[in-house]
Amino acid sequence: MTRRTLTLKSKRFREERQDVWKEMEFMLQRIEARSVRGLTDEEIIQLPRLYRSTLSSLSVARATSLDQSVVTYLESLSTRAYYVIYGSQQRLRDRIYNFFARDWPLAVQGAWKDVAASTFIFALGMLIGFVLVSNNPDWFYSFMDDSMASGRTPAASEEFLRDTIYGYDSDDGGLGAFAAFLFSNNSRVSILAFALGFAFALPTVALLLYNGLSIGAFIAVFTGKDLGFEIGGWLSIHGTTELFAIALAGAGGMMIGRAVAFPGDMTRMESMRSKAEQAAIILGGVVVMMFAAGLLEGFGRQLIQNDWIRYGIGGFMLTFWLLYFFLPRKTSPS
Amino acid sequence: MSATVGQLTPKQIKQGRRHLVTPEGIDLQIQLADVGARIGAFAIDLVIIVLTLIAAAYALGSMSLYNDDLAFIILVMIAFLLRSFYFTLFELGRRAATPGKMILKIRVAARGKARLSAASVFARNALREIGFFLPLGFLFGIGSGGVDGWMSLLASIWAGIFLFFPLFNKDRLRVGDLVAGTWVVRSPRPMLAADLVTTDKPENEALFAKFTFTPAQIDAYGIKELHVLEDVLRAKDRDVLEDVANRIRKKIGWVWEHGESDIVFLKAYYAALRGRLESKMLMGVRREDKFDRR
Repeated sequence: MTRRTLTLKSKRFREERQDVWKEMEFMLQRIEARSVRGLTDEEIIQLPRLYRSTLSSLSVARATSLDQSVVTYLESLSTRAYYVIYGSQQRLRDRIYNFFARDWPLAVQGAWKDVAASTFIFALGMLIGFVLVSNNPDWFYSFMDDSMASGRTPAASEEFLRDTIYGYDSDDGGLGAFAAFLFSNNSRVSILAFALGFAFALPTVALLLYNGLSIGAFIAVFTGKDLGFEIGGWLSIHGTTELFAIALAGAGGMMIGRAVAFPGDMTRMESMRSKAEQAAIILGGVVVMMFAAGLLEGFGRQLIQNDWIRYGIGGFMLTFWLLYFFLPRKTSPS
Repeated sequence: MSATVGQLTPKQIKQGRRHLVTPEGIDLQIQLADVGARIGAFAIDLVIIVLTLIAAAYALGSMSLYNDDLAFIILVMIAFLLRSFYFTLFELGRRAATPGKMILKIRVAARGKARLSAASVFARNALREIGFFLPLGFLFGIGSGGVDGWMSLLASIWAGIFLFFPLFNKDRLRVGDLVAGTWVVRSPRPMLAADLVTTDKPENEALFAKFTFTPAQIDAYGIKELHVLEDVLRAKDRDVLEDVANRIRKKIGWVWEHGESDIVFLKAYYAALRGRLESKMLMGVRREDKFDRR
């Protein structure tokens, strides 16, 4: 009777196994801090053995031990190990590389119908906006609010408009600030175009149209003052990247919307999930494009004043994106 | 934290416990993160982002760039990068958690599988825009340019649905989680605490030898009470120990002898009770609590 405490089976079990658990924990700490590559070959061979042994300890502990601390410890240890063993083995660096080399362009390629549709809607919006404002400048005020236009209204003088295209030291409240505002507005539009897609893509279409309208209206103001060629340069240096990015985000949103609206044999939820990954990859890339556009807008446009160079850069970027996305590519990892 | 194996009870599921069966056939049973912890983690992350921005603004201000616009543009770009990539890059990392989540010991995981894909992480964070920033925008009227009051109100309600979405589904999913096929789970890292049944030292052996309980005395309690007793012993609060010890003495009819310490009594009783319940478990009987007469 006096030695009962020593004969507790759960205690003996723990004493026999706990070295393995500690070893597992130590290895997990190292893997989480760096990666599996930080381990030596012997340790990598040890890893599955330790994992299985921890799992079996958990089963035994659940069945025989009433020591809560052991059971919770083993549960969390096993779960951590499970995520390490069956989770992604790629390093962050490799994941980023794969994203640019394969996942992103392939996702865009696969969604070419949506890309075409969303580009069409966006362009349609621009056309309508342009035609409406060209014929009747009053339309302009329905599409743009004052903060967005910051003086670039049909009522503005030609000199003022010309200044906004070229000057970065003009006193019109800071073109840089305006550019930055446009930039964050556009990136918000693109993310919303994607994020609202699941409502049958309707908000996405509306957003694309509306933004197209305001861009069209904006261009019309300048062409009305015979600054069409100049505003083209101003827009295209970053616009080819930025507007393309908005169109892509819209395509992602439409893809999800289509999946929800027409689920086929799946439930709507499953159908959405099946497309969400691809759409999300497209969106991840859109964010990168937005950043590139922001750089072009913030620096390129201020430092480069020549129209032809502006057009050149814009054209180059557009060609680059089209080739990057639509050149045939290996579908499987090399 | 019951260690029951097999099907989860409806109550456990309501408390956020979920099956997670490994390919080896072991049910790990993960625990969903509390909504409170998630809000806390997000708040910490927001604070980190804002502080970084303030630091960046300060640094840019002290550098003399050739015009102010340029500094402003750089700041906007930094803000954009933080907003777009802060969550994504951290959640793509090994611990699948942002600093806020790490502090509160939760992580992102794929629902029903182990591999959390990069696309899922992108998707769940892109939808943060409508899950959080958009409602916030409506709240502060930023998004209401040219929209009249009723439209704003409707928009706020619509956006509010997304904001409070995690409160209204059983898996506590954000809209982003729903679309991306992820959820947020607890990832505690408990230390392996010392076993309470330690009589390694000879003097302890002698102390414990004094306590011999009759089978009837040991059978007064079940597993639930054992776990409470374990918590009490680990917390080591003197008043609680005394209170619990007195109650157990009363219940089992144990006569206090002069010089008997509460903690030694409780430890001895704990060891006896655990031994008894564990040997019953080996026979396939789990005596859940004191009302369970098995």
